[in-house]
Amino acid sequence: MHDKTIAELATALRGGEVSSVELTEHYLRRIESLDGCLNSLITVTAEQALETARAADDARVRGEAGPLTGVPIVHKDIFCTQGVRTSCASRMLDNFISPYDAGVVERFKAAGCPVLGKTNMDEFAMGSSNETSFYGPVNNPWDTERVPGGSSGGSAAAVAARLAPGATGTDTGGSIRQPAALTGITGLKPTYGRVSRWGMIAFASSLDQGGPMARTAEDCGLMLNVMAGFDARDSTSLERPAEDFNACLNSTLRGLKIGLPREFFGEGMDPGVARVINEAIDFYRKLGAEFVDVDLPHSGLSVPVYYVVAPAECSSNLARFDGVRYGHRCEAPKDLMDLYMRSRGEGFGAEVQRRIMVGTYALSAGYFDAYYLKAQKIRRLIADDFRNAFEQVDVILAPATPTTAFRLGEKTADPVTMYLSDIYTIAVNLAGLPAMSLPAGFAEGLPVGMQLIGNYFDEARLLGVAHQYQMGTEWHQMAPAGFE
Amino acid sequence: MEWETVIGLEIHAQLSTKSKIFSGASTAYGAEPNTQACAVDLGLPGVLPVLNREVVRMAAKFGLAIGAPIAPRSIFARKNYFYPDLPKGYQISQYELPVVGRGQVEIELEDGATRTIGVTRAHLEEDAGKSLHEDYHGMTGVDLNRAGTPLLEIVSEPDMRCAREAVAYMKKIHALVRYLEICDGNMQEGSFRCDANVSIRRKGTDKLGTRAEIKNLNSFRFLERAINYEVERQIDILEGGGAVVQETRLFDPDKGETRSMRSKEEANDYRYFPDPDLLPLDIQADFIEQVRASLPELPDEKKHRFMNEYGLSAYDAGVLTASREMAEYFEQVAAALSGQAKLAANWVMGELTGALNRENREIGNSPVSAKALGGLLLRIQDNTISGKIAKEVFEAMWAGEGDADQVIERKGLKQITDTGAIEQVIDQVIAENPSQLEQYRSGKDKLFGFFVGQVMKRTGGKANPAQVNELLKQKLS
Amino acid sequence: MSLSQEQVKKIAYLARLNVQEEDLGIYARTLSDILDFVEQMDGVDTEGVEPMAHPLELSQRLRSDAPTESDQRAHFQRIAPAVEDGLYLVPKVIE
Repeated sequence: MHDKTIAELATALRGGEVSSVELTEHYLRRIESLDGCLNSLITVTAEQALETARAADDARVRGEAGPLTGVPIVHKDIFCTQGVRTSCASRMLDNFISPYDAGVVERFKAAGCPVLGKTNMDEFAMGSSNETSFYGPVNNPWDTERVPGGSSGGSAAAVAARLAPGATGTDTGGSIRQPAALTGITGLKPTYGRVSRWGMIAFASSLDQGGPMARTAEDCGLMLNVMAGFDARDSTSLERPAEDFNACLNSTLRGLKIGLPREFFGEGMDPGVARVINEAIDFYRKLGAEFVDVDLPHSGLSVPVYYVVAPAECSSNLARFDGVRYGHRCEAPKDLMDLYMRSRGEGFGAEVQRRIMVGTYALSAGYFDAYYLKAQKIRRLIADDFRNAFEQVDVILAPATPTTAFRLGEKTADPVTMYLSDIYTIAVNLAGLPAMSLPAGFAEGLPVGMQLIGNYFDEARLLGVAHQYQMGTEWHQMAPAGFE
Repeated sequence: MEWETVIGLEIHAQLSTKSKIFSGASTAYGAEPNTQACAVDLGLPGVLPVLNREVVRMAAKFGLAIGAPIAPRSIFARKNYFYPDLPKGYQISQYELPVVGRGQVEIELEDGATRTIGVTRAHLEEDAGKSLHEDYHGMTGVDLNRAGTPLLEIVSEPDMRCAREAVAYMKKIHALVRYLEICDGNMQEGSFRCDANVSIRRKGTDKLGTRAEIKNLNSFRFLERAINYEVERQIDILEGGGAVVQETRLFDPDKGETRSMRSKEEANDYRYFPDPDLLPLDIQADFIEQVRASLPELPDEKKHRFMNEYGLSAYDAGVLTASREMAEYFEQVAAALSGQAKLAANWVMGELTGALNRENREIGNSPVSAKALGGLLLRIQDNTISGKIAKEVFEAMWAGEGDADQVIERKGLKQITDTGAIEQVIDQVIAENPSQLEQYRSGKDKLFGFFVGQVMKRTGGKANPAQVNELLKQKLS
Repeated sequence: MSLSQEQVKKIAYLARLNVQEEDLGIYARTLSDILDFVEQMDGVDTEGVEPMAHPLELSQRLRSDAPTESDQRAHFQRIAPAVEDGLYLVPKVIE
């Protein structure tokens, strides 16, 4: 049952082959027996999930079921869930029972999807390896001594290990695509503004975007059909007509122009990754796609720009965690300053504190122009590069990550090395474009992700291009040993 | 040494919207603590701001009223600092690109002279909550009902040279925001308050001295006292060979002093940057034209119309147009008295204002309505009562004893205009005072007043004074 | 750009983070590394480039002025560390 995709589960539910309660119980049992060695979930919400499943089965009997009614999912613990701890994997919010639901959570509730639990992540989504979590690291199901990537590492590991057919994630600099690549699943970061940020705990507001993580492009499209849509509570939410993101799944790729950015195929890419990506290029060529070299001359600066913009925004976004209205408060503060200093000093982990400090510094008097303003200007140049490229091509293909999953602890001592593991994903966030990662093969037994980047609002085309690949390959069907 | 004072004001006017600037919580004053602080106002994790259309309209109204350009694009920024009444750890404000650009207002001083004061800019921002310092086991209580209330911060040029000019400017802006109906102007509730930047320099020099910022002045009187104290303090420092420190100060109305607020001083680095949760505010020309069409007659326009239409002096017209309510009241009274605007003006500025001040009431809840006052003044106009009796009638009306005609009737205050009746009284008075009559006739003219007084006394003040004068003159000669 | 431990202390204070004395060294080193790394930006000519604050060129949407929220004090204060009489309590604020 757990080997089925969301699309297949939806069909099985529709055909009465299985009930939502049975399905939910099955996944809860898998979580109980298998998550011990992965640590992909922070909170398991078995009771609530079963309650939703029963309601979903009832709705089906009444003829009121929608496309995903009864399909269980997991939420990244960055989405606020009313009545359930929403920790953002931080000690700061270890005791935070959210009093309200995120927009995304509301939408999955309305769709009738039981929520099995909340997934582990890097603390406040700051990390690329899921090692900054207050609840401990997540292990990669392909090799439990390796990281699953981050920050949506728990969501990625849970989907890869078949503990849930689909998960929500968020992507600020690659946090959906990088872990999807390292765990061999499919993940989509939509165009900025597609998915409501209401109730999605902010890391860097101008970059954060929620998206689906599942095993196939088709499943991501089904999930995005639920997640995306205008939300009046989010000023940056896009007002666009409703759209079926799976409308182009079967479109031909003949004549499709795919861009290969020279800058993404240079040094630093692991040879195993390069081999896999070149095979994928050959595959698309056989399907009739044309390849064009494109230039993204400023993309090399995307990591430095990101590590000014994101920390600057996070330093301000995380100022609300002060121990006054909710969250961690230090014991017996002796005065107001002590309350702030200790509550925040104890509540935040080292990486979060580091980024808050970088951002505080970059925005402070005398440094603003050299750091923040300069970064915003280069951000425009990076976005303009993509604009120019999309005048020549329909989609851009690139590796999702420079290497396969690295070992736990391998990069924790050196933040800059860790930051460079997002070198291929970050530029997309700065520009606000949609992009996805899908499994394209293995290097030394570890999954390799291929990245497809689309023009603004072009998710349906991206999903179609990915789906055509998945129709002709079996990489997305591979399960890690022990989790088949 | 001659010193010159330089003052600039930052006025915070709370915009009178129904909901907050970035959330759907109510802005009603006086609710139980934290019952009007919604998820957005509390800065819960994951919440987001959405801008209230009405605050944009109100800001545009103000901008047009002071002849300032309305920015086609303005930006909301975050001002970052930690304080318990600031839930998000930053205040959403406007920094580099404010919604209202440079404008000006004209102020009039007591001697009738006028001065133009520049308004540098006006920008939109959210208010903070309130810290309540009553003792909760040595703790401070925080009420966030006010957090997120919309404010228009109106920043002046350092154009004022004494406390009285600053007060005149603040009063002018106060009148303006109330005319525009964008702020209720209630200073006790904190809806209209200001920070004053005060510095001094030697007369004849151009360079500005180091300034002190006096925070949160919520009355015209406090503004005047605080500035006067601060100027003296700075003169003492400079003349004593010291230097003024740039700092934030607080005015203590009980002691009449300003004192340093060191707690707000340390490491002020607000790290402004554009709020990524809000997009640029773009205001289209047709929106501005709609707002322009909705503007009421403004104080200066009204003042000139009052001078032309009612023949009032500049001073009277200025007093009567100081608030929209007063001007409307006056116009209703004047309308009842076709042609005798001066009588209406005197009564509104005199008896009515005096009575309101005595009881510390707003004209809007005067016990004597404009219509009722008009009714009273009509009785002066048609000689039913004298001006003196009218004051008595007014007092009765103020006390709720009915309208003018009812009071006159009940108290029998109707003026005696029957010549025969007056003559009868005069004859009695003359008959009873033969010695005074003799003295008068032998040239002691001053005694005429004595006879008038006697006649008025006997008629209980009700005899028509003009008639009494005339008849007495005839009888005594 | 190399940050001293003293500078790190100042930044941590501005950000209200109680950094332990023994961690100052590691923060000074890693923050300096990050600042060195981002200084690559200096080499780019950005003359005349409009800073980009948002990915999409859109204008702020405006909502109508209507109170839509009801009192949820009890609900919101259930998760508060210290409240009394409906107020959030903090150590005494001295002005």
